[in-house]
Amino acid sequence: MPKLREILGHPFWQAVALLVAAYLLFKWGIAVLPPLVGFPSAPVPQSVVLQYMLTALVGILIYVSYNEARWRRFKEPINATLVDANKRWLRATLLVLVPALVGFVAYDQSRPKVSAPLQLRSIHPAPPGQITVRGRTIRLAGLENPLRSRGTIEEHSREGRRVYYQNCLPCHGDLLDGKGHFAHGFSPTPLAFDDAGTIAQLTESFVFWRIAKGGPGLPREGAPWNSAMPAWEDFLTEDEIWSVIIFLYEQSGWEPRRWEVEERAEGAGHE
Amino acid sequence: MPDVLALVQAAADTAAASGYGRFPGPGARVAVWIAAQVHLMFAAFVLGVPMFAVITELIGIVGKDTKYDKLSKEFTRLLVFAYSATALWGAVLVFFLTTLYPQFWNHMARIFGPSMWLYVGLFFVESFTLYLYYYGWERWNAGRAKWGHWGLGIMLNVWGTIVMFIANGWLTYMMSPPEGVTVAGLPEGMTTWNAIANATWIPINIHRMIANAVFGGAIVAAYAAYRFLAAKTDEERAHYDWMGYVGNFIAISTFIVLPFAGYYLGREIYEYNQQMGITMMGGFMSWLWIVQAVLIGVLFLAANYYLWLGMGRIPGAERFTPYTKWMLLVLIIGWIVWATPHTMIASREELMAMGGSHHPFLNVLGVMSAKNTAVNIMILTTFLSFLLYRRANKRPTVSWAKAGTMVQAAMFVLSTGVVIFYGIYGYFVAALVRIGFSVYQVGAVLACIIGVTVIDIALVRGAESRGAIQWGRMPERAQYALFVLAVTFTWLMGLMGFARSGIRQHWHVWEVMQDTSEFAATPALGYAANVISVCVLIFLGLVAFIFWLGGLAESAMAKSVAGPTAPIPATAGGE
Repeated sequence: MPKLREILGHPFWQAVALLVAAYLLFKWGIAVLPPLVGFPSAPVPQSVVLQYMLTALVGILIYVSYNEARWRRFKEPINATLVDANKRWLRATLLVLVPALVGFVAYDQSRPKVSAPLQLRSIHPAPPGQITVRGRTIRLAGLENPLRSRGTIEEHSREGRRVYYQNCLPCHGDLLDGKGHFAHGFSPTPLAFDDAGTIAQLTESFVFWRIAKGGPGLPREGAPWNSAMPAWEDFLTEDEIWSVIIFLYEQSGWEPRRWEVEERAEGAGHE
Repeated sequence: MPDVLALVQAAADTAAASGYGRFPGPGARVAVWIAAQVHLMFAAFVLGVPMFAVITELIGIVGKDTKYDKLSKEFTRLLVFAYSATALWGAVLVFFLTTLYPQFWNHMARIFGPSMWLYVGLFFVESFTLYLYYYGWERWNAGRAKWGHWGLGIMLNVWGTIVMFIANGWLTYMMSPPEGVTVAGLPEGMTTWNAIANATWIPINIHRMIANAVFGGAIVAAYAAYRFLAAKTDEERAHYDWMGYVGNFIAISTFIVLPFAGYYLGREIYEYNQQMGITMMGGFMSWLWIVQAVLIGVLFLAANYYLWLGMGRIPGAERFTPYTKWMLLVLIIGWIVWATPHTMIASREELMAMGGSHHPFLNVLGVMSAKNTAVNIMILTTFLSFLLYRRANKRPTVSWAKAGTMVQAAMFVLSTGVVIFYGIYGYFVAALVRIGFSVYQVGAVLACIIGVTVIDIALVRGAESRGAIQWGRMPERAQYALFVLAVTFTWLMGLMGFARSGIRQHWHVWEVMQDTSEFAATPALGYAANVISVCVLIFLGLVAFIFWLGGLAESAMAKSVAGPTAPIPATAGGE
């Protein structure tokens, strides 16, 4: 027991223990702990685990080295492994193991795999200044939902609900959570509108552009193959698109992002 | 030789026909990119260093402390060398622009011609002011003459700042030209001044002025670190340890306000054109912000690490040691939150497990509410490190010392509370309201910094010393932290400069003059990062040469003082 306490009090083994604890937290803790207190969670992607582990490693190295005495003690086992005569076998083992491990990681990273390569994806590609929908040119900057100044929201929301359930439900789901019954067939999966990072961040004009032009209308940075959504301008009228947008915001409870400069709206709209 | 001439002739012919010249090897865009970037890095250095050269000189004059005067002169010696490099790279840039992008340059010259003449005139004035400032150092070193000399330093700053403002007018015009401008030029009734004072001019001016001071401080600190590692005597080590501390202090204390200026610039860009704004923050440039978060995390940690190591040479600092690990933990958590991507890079299986590209739990860390909160708390923690460093060897003697310290602590608690409150509240309000919350968060942090500093200055006045700082007794790894700072700042400058410039996409001048060259497409992030890394290597290589020259000039001076018969090697700007 005193031996264990001595080991745990040593900066080198403290650093190792902290690294292991950090890995356990990032790899499994984040997936398992939040659901215990009622928050949804999921396994963390490997790229993010790697990023977090590098952060933790930097923090741990700073911890062991900002104090001179602790830094000297931290280096003791490393120096001993490299120099001491009675550590010859450990040295030889590490000499084989470390390059083998590096070699394996390099092999594993570069070997051909069946899955598609990972890629950066722009979730909010920049919209064009203007688009043409069914032969009409629409300027997006400053554009507001025209239905909000016409009729009642309840009426438009009801119409939007009809449009949504006839067209959007199979992918975006009954709960607007992106988990419709076709959703599992797509990569990337359809957007979840209840997420704080999707329509809650966007103006209605942006959502209009995305629905009207769909995957084929994504700019290069978004890459058309990153969305299977059809260009809905081929199937829906402008008013139907605007009404489904009202339904999305009404149903999810989010407020659309508003334009900051009111004067901008004056010149905007149909030309 | 005839081959080279043929190549030049071919380039000229192509330029005449298509409006673009050809550059062998990497192509015209990379040639202009490297020239502009390296010129900008040197320009930032020669504009940043004079700011604190005059401040340290003033401290020396008022406090009658020659140590500060010597430091100020040493800053200025680096400036003399760096100034030539800035001018050389500026010339390379202009020649590249005229030969490789002649139509674009013609457009710019048509609009900005008079300001270009003024720029060149001020460049002359600035050069001669710098030479007078440096070479007159020993001649005007006492009494009223010394104040006159300090006035030269002020004028050097004024000229340099005006020169930068003029050039900023050109580049911001490319991003946010006034309405009505066409390829042919300015519309009736609009002047060059209207083109200069465009929508993003003031935010860029502010952002660059602060960033120049940060950059200058970081490069000077790296110079001090280099000289510290090469020092042969304890006296030298003590001097360069102190110089490194001053450089780091200037870099980090000015860096703390830089994110606010950057935020203002980003807002103006977004207001000018939402497409540019979204490309920058939510579109394909958004990954650069994750890279930026990682790099700024490195900066915060390196700066704090340097301070904590420095506390090892301050008697009395040991009483703060137990708090350090908690500050480190706060910084690490802040760094993790700031650098957590909203849209994650994931395999198909991982995406399916998450139910999309947003993680169901970590997605709350991906939005601005979390990131603003994290960065503000990191700023407060870094400020606390500075405060502990400053207080380490002082025992306040004022009667209200305990109450004053408690008020300072209350200010920290209050501002942290405000930052966290608005951070959490931001999740429950509309985006437009949330954006406004960042002002309250920043306000709380700035108020805390100003309030605590004012109290601290009064509190330690006449304080007893627990022992003098043992300058020079600094571990070598602390010097490497200063190198990390300089390299990271340089790299960040290039990367974020690319983000600002790249959001114009295929426009030379946004929605006025289109880029129709073969390089019109915005480069991929990996490619851009490679080009920027090359720029950083070129700049740091030249800076290393300048550092070496600085040492060479000093040893020449030492020899000439030691023996009048010793030969003095001639160096650029030597003594």
